[in-house]
Amino acid sequence: MSRRTTSTGIAGTTWSFWLFVGPFVIGLLIFSYLPILWSLVLSFFEAQNTVTPTKFVGVQNYVDMLTDDNFLSSLGTFSVFALFIVPLTFVLSLALALLVNQVKVARAFFRSVFFLPTACSYVVASLIWKLSIFNGVRFGLANTVLGWFGIEQIAWLSTVDPPWYWIPIITVRLWLQLGFYMILFIAGLQRISPALYEAAYVDGAKPGWQVFRHITWPQLRATAVAVLILNLIAAYQAFDEFYNLLGNVNFARPPLVYLYGISLGTIQDLGRGSAGALILAAIIMLVTLLQNKIFGFGKAGD
Amino acid sequence: MATAERTTGTPQPIGYSRTGLGRITQGLRWVALAIAVVLFLLPFYLVLRNALATEADITAPDWTLFPKDLQWGNVSELFNDESVPIARALWNSAVVGVLGTGGQLLLASMAGYGLARIPYRHADKVFYAVVATLMIPGAVTFIPTFIVVSSLGWVSSLRGLIIPTLFSGFAAFLFRQYFLSFPRELEEAARVDGAGHFGTFWRIVVPNSLPFFAAIAAITFIGNWNSFLWPLVIGQDSSSWTIQVALSTFVTAQTINIHELFMAVAVSILPLVLIFAFLQRYLIQGVTQSGIKD
Repeated sequence: MSRRTTSTGIAGTTWSFWLFVGPFVIGLLIFSYLPILWSLVLSFFEAQNTVTPTKFVGVQNYVDMLTDDNFLSSLGTFSVFALFIVPLTFVLSLALALLVNQVKVARAFFRSVFFLPTACSYVVASLIWKLSIFNGVRFGLANTVLGWFGIEQIAWLSTVDPPWYWIPIITVRLWLQLGFYMILFIAGLQRISPALYEAAYVDGAKPGWQVFRHITWPQLRATAVAVLILNLIAAYQAFDEFYNLLGNVNFARPPLVYLYGISLGTIQDLGRGSAGALILAAIIMLVTLLQNKIFGFGKAGD
Repeated sequence: MATAERTTGTPQPIGYSRTGLGRITQGLRWVALAIAVVLFLLPFYLVLRNALATEADITAPDWTLFPKDLQWGNVSELFNDESVPIARALWNSAVVGVLGTGGQLLLASMAGYGLARIPYRHADKVFYAVVATLMIPGAVTFIPTFIVVSSLGWVSSLRGLIIPTLFSGFAAFLFRQYFLSFPRELEEAARVDGAGHFGTFWRIVVPNSLPFFAAIAAITFIGNWNSFLWPLVIGQDSSSWTIQVALSTFVTAQTINIHELFMAVAVSILPLVLIFAFLQRYLIQGVTQSGIKD
């Protein structure tokens, strides 16, 4: 990276470099590196209602977290969530991209409509879902529609058996993020050379499934890997819709909601909270590396 | 049938849509699209419907698609309700959105330019230190960052809301990649005229990179406006709530009527819908260039 330029001398460029990069690096040290280090230290100490380490406890916080049924079940909640949301998002956003890409009229309109929900926050969407669609009473839209078919009202957000709450939780995220991944897929589709399709046609490939299977899908590989990885990382960090739709309930609590509860809610145990955050970060990094290994390395960027 | 869209999309082979099977598939496609459009727009419609209805209309046992008559008075009711600090929350969000976006762009673009273009012996080490932060998943850092920010005494302040979010390793990385492909001839012309790095950056590079800045600015602003976890952690009293924290608190506390709440939702989405309407080209560029939202 250190290329020579023409005019200024070495001392001059060093000064210029830090003039440009210095403020950013200082901020990064204070707000990225320092917090991680501080958390690492706190995770070996007792630290309740305080940010200063009080008593050294060794790995006790880690042992506590890894044997904490609530923390483990939050990882379980996440796994179920990921099992639904990742494949559904993948298939539906690809389907939308293919549909929009093949339309010849008003393509920009369709793309905009599906992309528009990205403008909404999780808070806003959860609020619409909770108060207008899945509110579990008669004036809720979902129950009204069920009523047309003579089906009983369902208390969507509080029924644990069967776990109806997954329907609002999953659909709200689908509505919010499908358009985003659709845009990534459309960009991927438009990078495929038309010559490939012409060649396939000349070779007698049937339009539709055959062309998709042998041309489109292999060419989309890089995009598909990026979508999977981004989607899974985002799912690990789910907080907003669980917090706003369900609150801090023990039957469906993803890791971040639980960590928020123990470190900044009614209990303020920053020692255990730090340990939990670091465990979660380690899991996410491990899964990302594994995914990269499985699907090929470093393709997420393009 | 010709569209203005420049496209390299899937060309339909000749004769395809004339076959019977092709026509059926084509028809099914339109049905699927139509259903999807209704489902995607429905929540927006529900916001408008509830925002302009009376409380009785919303909670009536028989669900109706249209409210009986539109209550435009709901707008002033919302802003005059003193138990609900909605104006303050909107203002906080605007300040966080504008200063957060501006600050992040300034810091990340300068850092990116320095890393891409200014020779320095240890530049690669600095670059690795920046990229290393991308490994850390963003949301799990809220506890560590809270620890630092609260010892600075910044809880429940705009400083605490904005400053920790300004240093995005990802944005710096994107700017560096972008500046690496910036045409060198333009910069050298400025250099010949006697401009230093600083002058070259501000007078030549930035003015010629505005579309890229707009793309990053649009996604950053939306991310800031919609962000919830950090503002929730840091905004511990109502004077420092952003609009998202305020909305979330109103729902759980149930201190507000449903129609008022939906009016607040409508007001809170308005700026973003405008950005989508006018800056969509940049947004889509930003999304495809970065492939990441936050």
